[in-house]
Amino acid sequence: MTDFSANNHATTEAEMGDYFALLKPRVMSLVVFTALVGLLVAPVPVHPFLGFVAILCIAVGAGASGALNMWWDADIDAVMKRTAGRPIPSGRVAPGEALGIGVALSGFSILLLGLATNFLAAALLAFTIFFYLVVYSMWLKRATPQNIVIGGAAGAFPPMIGWAVATGGVSIESLLMFALIFMWTPPHFWALALFVKSDYGRAGVPMLTETHGRDATRRHVLVYTLLLVPVALGLGLTSIGGPVYMAVAVVMNAWFLKGAVDIWRRDDAACEADRHRVEINVFKVSLYYLFAHFGALLAEAALRLYGLGGWSW
Amino acid sequence: MVIRVEHELHERRKGRNAGVGLLLAGFIAIVFGLTVVKVMQLGDIRQFETFDHAPRPQLIPQTEVVE
Repeated sequence: MTDFSANNHATTEAEMGDYFALLKPRVMSLVVFTALVGLLVAPVPVHPFLGFVAILCIAVGAGASGALNMWWDADIDAVMKRTAGRPIPSGRVAPGEALGIGVALSGFSILLLGLATNFLAAALLAFTIFFYLVVYSMWLKRATPQNIVIGGAAGAFPPMIGWAVATGGVSIESLLMFALIFMWTPPHFWALALFVKSDYGRAGVPMLTETHGRDATRRHVLVYTLLLVPVALGLGLTSIGGPVYMAVAVVMNAWFLKGAVDIWRRDDAACEADRHRVEINVFKVSLYYLFAHFGALLAEAALRLYGLGGWSW
Repeated sequence: MVIRVEHELHERRKGRNAGVGLLLAGFIAIVFGLTVVKVMQLGDIRQFETFDHAPRPQLIPQTEVVE
């Protein structure tokens, strides 16, 4: 150990990649995609460079909330096998460093987004970071098995921010894009929880599969999927929807709903017998589901450039 | 003899230093690009030149007198 590292709390020196891992890059990719769609489907064109900076700010803001989440949840992460290798529990990054990076990047992304575009978009980004850190991580996550339901809102804001970047406002279209991700998160996550053996219980985090049992979780998957369908179809009737989106939505919702019904009809014996084949399938379908819906919105926007998108032609 | 002030810390932190350098360069590029785009979006620059509190008749659009 040198004189320069004597006061370092981390046991090994952090590389650039460790700081990048703090930003949860995999979550960031979904945020970037949905925010970009929100920005591109809006009826107001945005200068490409301003659009690029806006998406960068949203991505950095999402990354900052990831770093703050890792700082707060370091004790839980250290207990669970899946997260024990993260930069803080593994000792590569000190908790204070993660906090500093999270706070600095939050301030940077919010301020730059406000200056580059508008302050409604910046306020929405600030609220998203606040929601993820305070409402989800600090309050709900350790308190209720419904944590994923309300906490999912944090992941649902990006398309709304993208829309606000372009239009400077909030509208029924952006609210429905928010609602689509918000309602999609619980069945997506619980389908995963049904086939992944987690150690949330050991870490003191209440998960529906452990607090209310797997049958209750199966019912929840079905109910939330049923609630998701009208939101997804309703979005198709707004100014950013159209026949292409509607066709995709009908197919994907029928597919997802069939999977949710299949899950609801099963019991633990059936799951063990086929090694959670249905649950794994539904989880995969849920990923295609979100990608297809936002992809279809993008296709409608592209068709609109040629006078073909939407319901008007 | 070449004077070299080298410490093992320099080698150890090479990746981090390069990363920070790249981030700073990226930040400068973003601020520069934003400035260019924002200024280009201002429109006719002559409207700002008239705000210097000194009368400059040459900037006032000439109008033909219609009889």
